[in-house]
Amino acid sequence: MIEFKNVCKSYGKSQILKNLSFTIGDGEFIVLIGPSGCGKTTTLKTINRLVEPDSGTICIDGKNIQEADKDDLRRHIGYVIQQIGLFPNMTVAQNICVVPKLLKYSKEKCSEIVSELLKMVNMEAYADKYPNQLSGGQQQRIGVLRALAASPPIVLMDEPFGALDPQTREVLQDEVKNLQKKLNKTFIFVTHDMDEALKLADRIFFMDDGQIVQMATPEEMLEHPATVRVESFLGKHTVGVTAPSKVEDYMRSNIQTMRKGRGVRECAERMARYNVDTLIISDNDGHYVGTVSIGDIRKWGRDLESIDPIIRNTTRTVRLGDDAKECFDYLLDAGESYVVVLREDDTIAGIVTKTSIAKSVAENLWENA
Amino acid sequence: MSVSLILEHLYIVFFSSLLSVAVGLLLGLLAYLFPKIRGLILRLVDLLQTIPALALLGIIMVFVGAGKATVITGITLYSLLPIVRNTCLGLEEVDPGVKEAARGMGMSKLYRTLFIELPLAFPTVFTGIRIAIVNAIGTAVFAAFVGGGGLGSIITRGIRIQKMSLVLAGTGALMAIAVIVDLLMGAFERGIRNPKAAGYRCWQCFLSVWSCCCPMEPAPPTATTF
Repeated sequence: MIEFKNVCKSYGKSQILKNLSFTIGDGEFIVLIGPSGCGKTTTLKTINRLVEPDSGTICIDGKNIQEADKDDLRRHIGYVIQQIGLFPNMTVAQNICVVPKLLKYSKEKCSEIVSELLKMVNMEAYADKYPNQLSGGQQQRIGVLRALAASPPIVLMDEPFGALDPQTREVLQDEVKNLQKKLNKTFIFVTHDMDEALKLADRIFFMDDGQIVQMATPEEMLEHPATVRVESFLGKHTVGVTAPSKVEDYMRSNIQTMRKGRGVRECAERMARYNVDTLIISDNDGHYVGTVSIGDIRKWGRDLESIDPIIRNTTRTVRLGDDAKECFDYLLDAGESYVVVLREDDTIAGIVTKTSIAKSVAENLWENA
Repeated sequence: MSVSLILEHLYIVFFSSLLSVAVGLLLGLLAYLFPKIRGLILRLVDLLQTIPALALLGIIMVFVGAGKATVITGITLYSLLPIVRNTCLGLEEVDPGVKEAARGMGMSKLYRTLFIELPLAFPTVFTGIRIAIVNAIGTAVFAAFVGGGGLGSIITRGIRIQKMSLVLAGTGALMAIAVIVDLLMGAFERGIRNPKAAGYRCWQCFLSVWSCCCPMEPAPPTATTF
């Protein structure tokens, strides 16, 4: 168990940590997140005393770490950093065994640890390779194993996957989460990536300006973000914001319309040019009259001068401001391909199609995907 | 010109280099480990370098008397700058990620400096040593002025009796020695930089090579024949 009590830290005049107090239980996966400069890395580093707080106490299992030997404390806390920091002059096996060696484990024990750990990530063949012979993802895997080698009860990770490509990052996130569950260790993980936080954390600590703004499980945070800052960090993930529900939110307004009384040929040509199979027809004042489809033109168009006789008025119309849900249901159930949206004065505002719905939903989800 | 003069020259260079490497590495390490005295140490070795070599030898001679001890002390002091500077610089420039990892894993300051940072700083440190040793070969010429012997005595004699061939012979021998020593050290460095030999082994190699090429003290040159 890790307990922070009124921990403060300043550099010069700027206060980095403002009176932090919290408790982390054994076996928890805690993610510290927040904008840069919020003090998350500093908080992490106070735990293995790479940063000494100005005031307040930090206890691990009831013992004040201020009273422990610095090096001894660090040997019992795993540490993984973004720059990876493998020792380039040592093999993978030697890198993994750094802490066990500092703790004076026997040689047999060390090689046992190496083979056991490498097996967990399927990298047995790499024991005698040098770090520069590995890819970035492989290097960070070894970085994680190195932190786990002396099986410390606590592992600190400072944006460990920040420099990796998205695919490798995801694989490593899964691996780390699995390792944490399997080994039942306390992980404290710093990131600025909300996806990562939501995926990994048992509890997320959101920090801003040296304070913890919210401590919550991912679910709770998504449902009730404590501040606007948290909400903007959650961004696309928030469920609290109501999804747009009016027809105009799903409407397409750049549509092909035509005045009634025009010729059939002109109409057909227009359809061909814009690659559509239906035109929306309005009267001279712009009021909606009906629709003309390519099928009808093919069938009867040959003998006609004007399109008026083949204008159909069977298409469903809705008004701006109507509930979009009915519109969806209709399109899905009736198998129609579109509905026409009219303004108050019966002029044409646009149409809603299955595609325009899908597009708006996608935009909503992934922000201008 | 006799072989014993060359050996004598090498003897001076070897022992002064050995001393300057030992003292230089130590001072470089101290400068790195204790930032408070870094400025002082670096300024001191800078200052030593500004004293003309001959003057430095003269000053030391006042205290130690004429002879090889004076020469060796003088050249040692004169070789410190590149070694101290490069040691400190090389250690400072080790990847900060590696340094932080070493710190975060609970290595003591001395341990991580000696076993992580120094091996990684080796190329820079060794370049400093190389410069110092090649310089020392040239500077050892001044040994002749304070009774230290070596190739300098041929050159000064040649100048005094205005015999160009003597001066050229001495200079040629010096240049040959410098080039050969530099090439040997270059080869040694390439061997070391091979990752498989790095780390602890680098120190074993370093020491064994030094002890192998350690020449016996040459018999004082008997009345040299020219």
